[in-house]
Amino acid sequence: MFIIKLIREKTLQVFSVLIIVYLMLPLAVIILLSFNKPKGRQNTSWNEFSLDAWTNICRDQTICRAFSTSIQIGLLVTIISTIIGTMISFALIRHRYRGRGTTSLLVFLPLATPEVILGASLLALFLNIFIPLGFWTILLAQITFTISFVVVVVNARLAGMDPKLEQAAMDLYATPLQTFRYITFPIALPGILAAALLSFSLSFDDFIVTTFNSGRIVTFPIYIWGAALRGIPPQVNVIASLMFLGSLLLILVASLISKNRRATKV
Amino acid sequence: MASNRPKVEDLHLVNLTKSFDDFKAVDNLSLTIPAGSFFALLGPSGCGKTTTLRMVAGLDEPTSGQIKLGPDDITNLPPYKRWVNTVFQSYALFPHLTIYENVAFGLRRQKAENIDDQVKAMLELVELTTQAQKKPQQLSGGQQQRVALARALINEPDVLLLDEPLGALDLKLRRQMQLELKRIQTEVGITFVHVTHDQEEAMTMADTIAVMNEGKIEQLGSPVQIYEHPKTVFVANFLGQTNLFEGTVAGIEGDELVVKVKDTTFYVPLATTDIRSGRIILGVRPEKVKIVDQGKTGLPKNQINGSIKLTAFVGVSTQYEVITNWGQEISAFEQNVDPTDLGRPGQAVTLAWEPRHSFVLNPDDDLSAGLDTSWDE
Repeated sequence: MFIIKLIREKTLQVFSVLIIVYLMLPLAVIILLSFNKPKGRQNTSWNEFSLDAWTNICRDQTICRAFSTSIQIGLLVTIISTIIGTMISFALIRHRYRGRGTTSLLVFLPLATPEVILGASLLALFLNIFIPLGFWTILLAQITFTISFVVVVVNARLAGMDPKLEQAAMDLYATPLQTFRYITFPIALPGILAAALLSFSLSFDDFIVTTFNSGRIVTFPIYIWGAALRGIPPQVNVIASLMFLGSLLLILVASLISKNRRATKV
Repeated sequence: MASNRPKVEDLHLVNLTKSFDDFKAVDNLSLTIPAGSFFALLGPSGCGKTTTLRMVAGLDEPTSGQIKLGPDDITNLPPYKRWVNTVFQSYALFPHLTIYENVAFGLRRQKAENIDDQVKAMLELVELTTQAQKKPQQLSGGQQQRVALARALINEPDVLLLDEPLGALDLKLRRQMQLELKRIQTEVGITFVHVTHDQEEAMTMADTIAVMNEGKIEQLGSPVQIYEHPKTVFVANFLGQTNLFEGTVAGIEGDELVVKVKDTTFYVPLATTDIRSGRIILGVRPEKVKIVDQGKTGLPKNQINGSIKLTAFVGVSTQYEVITNWGQEISAFEQNVDPTDLGRPGQAVTLAWEPRHSFVLNPDDDLSAGLDTSWDE
């Protein structure tokens, strides 16, 4: 009876907690198993507490090499697709020209294409024009679809920006370059940063398109896929935990900064 | 800033035209706006007033014609090279900058000296000193309006353009800001060009009003001139209420033109018009029309009989709708001196006004011009 009463009064709270638990449980399991000393090859059931994996992350060199490859590719993909995507977005939103509709359609096509198809056709392309598969083909392949995401995100930000702001800046003696530097860019920046973060995470965990075009290069997702067949070492859990903590830290810092800024503003 | 530049100059628009496809937004407009004046471009939406303003600012390119500031042709200068600043209708304040930085923006681009002193003085002028470190969205509409004004004014331009600057404010605040703008203009002595569709606002603030319609100037003059002596039906109807009569010239008596309207005779001073024969349109403002019981003597010369259709007591005045014997409705506003003596519907009355209070309009005009356009937007 008591429980029923509690649920009736606190339905919202109870459901909220349940949903948070549901979302967080897999993460908790990953972190927990990073402290495990697995019995056999598979790190799936609790055996005994150990710091082995944490103190010796790179014991299997391939893990760390794959991780560092993925980071490198992720950073390069982010930089290139953010720059090109932002430029495309400015062209689409700010200018009227012949072929604008077609450009728009072509840019969004990769979003609608299944990744398997995208990966396979890119592979066919690379083979046909004799580009050896490897680091650079992964980069090219990932950029083709991350650009589209960048365009979508930056478009949303630019479309909401009043063109009168730029006119006002020019009216106040700002040259076109200064108008971009002091008005357009700072206002578009949050959208551009969001687009950059999105393309990094898309690049970092992309598996399908990457596998088709990776040649002998092993990225982090490809390593895990391979390891899953013979048993994932707890080091993978350690890296996953570190990444989770890292992004948690970033979010914390970001919210502290914005809170701080709001406090000084009023 | 002004110290290193020559004195404020007259603004000349010469045969200015702006076409969008086959639509002429501004049609061969020529106009001189004297330095230091408060000039209003008044007209309904779509009359080309904002397009004219944007061409002066350099934000729209004229299809043909010239814009000159004193002796200098500025027609093809980009906006950032003109000594002209704009207060936008939506204010267009930079959302990511503080009020202080919004106001300092123009000076920083010009690499001015003593920016801090000038910004502080300007914030004081518009009474926003305490809000300097806030962002625009934290301010009320009236405060944002003042920031937009300060941001433009601090550059001491030759011409300040105001695009419906009070449109977003409520009535009370708008009245207050009208007087405030007038005070600031007198104080700084910069030419203000004010675009508005609100005839009362234009008359309150401007020294000179240009009434615009369909890309052209219908009439130019002081508020008193264009209100008392409109030249076209559009101007008469757009600026306040008017009674219009369509008649024919019957002759000349002394220094007055005799006009027949149905069975009634009206007189108009010869000096008010060049028309000496044929069709004529006469007008008189409702507040010039006296309303009295029929049979009274000693009335002004222009008279019509009729009966009261409607009496509306509005406080400062009583407004009557009177029907003439040929069925035309005429408005008459009586000052509210003795409110116990209100006319009742059905009562037979005589309407009378002095010949010099009549005005003569362009006889080719449509009598409904400017009627339905005054309060759109």
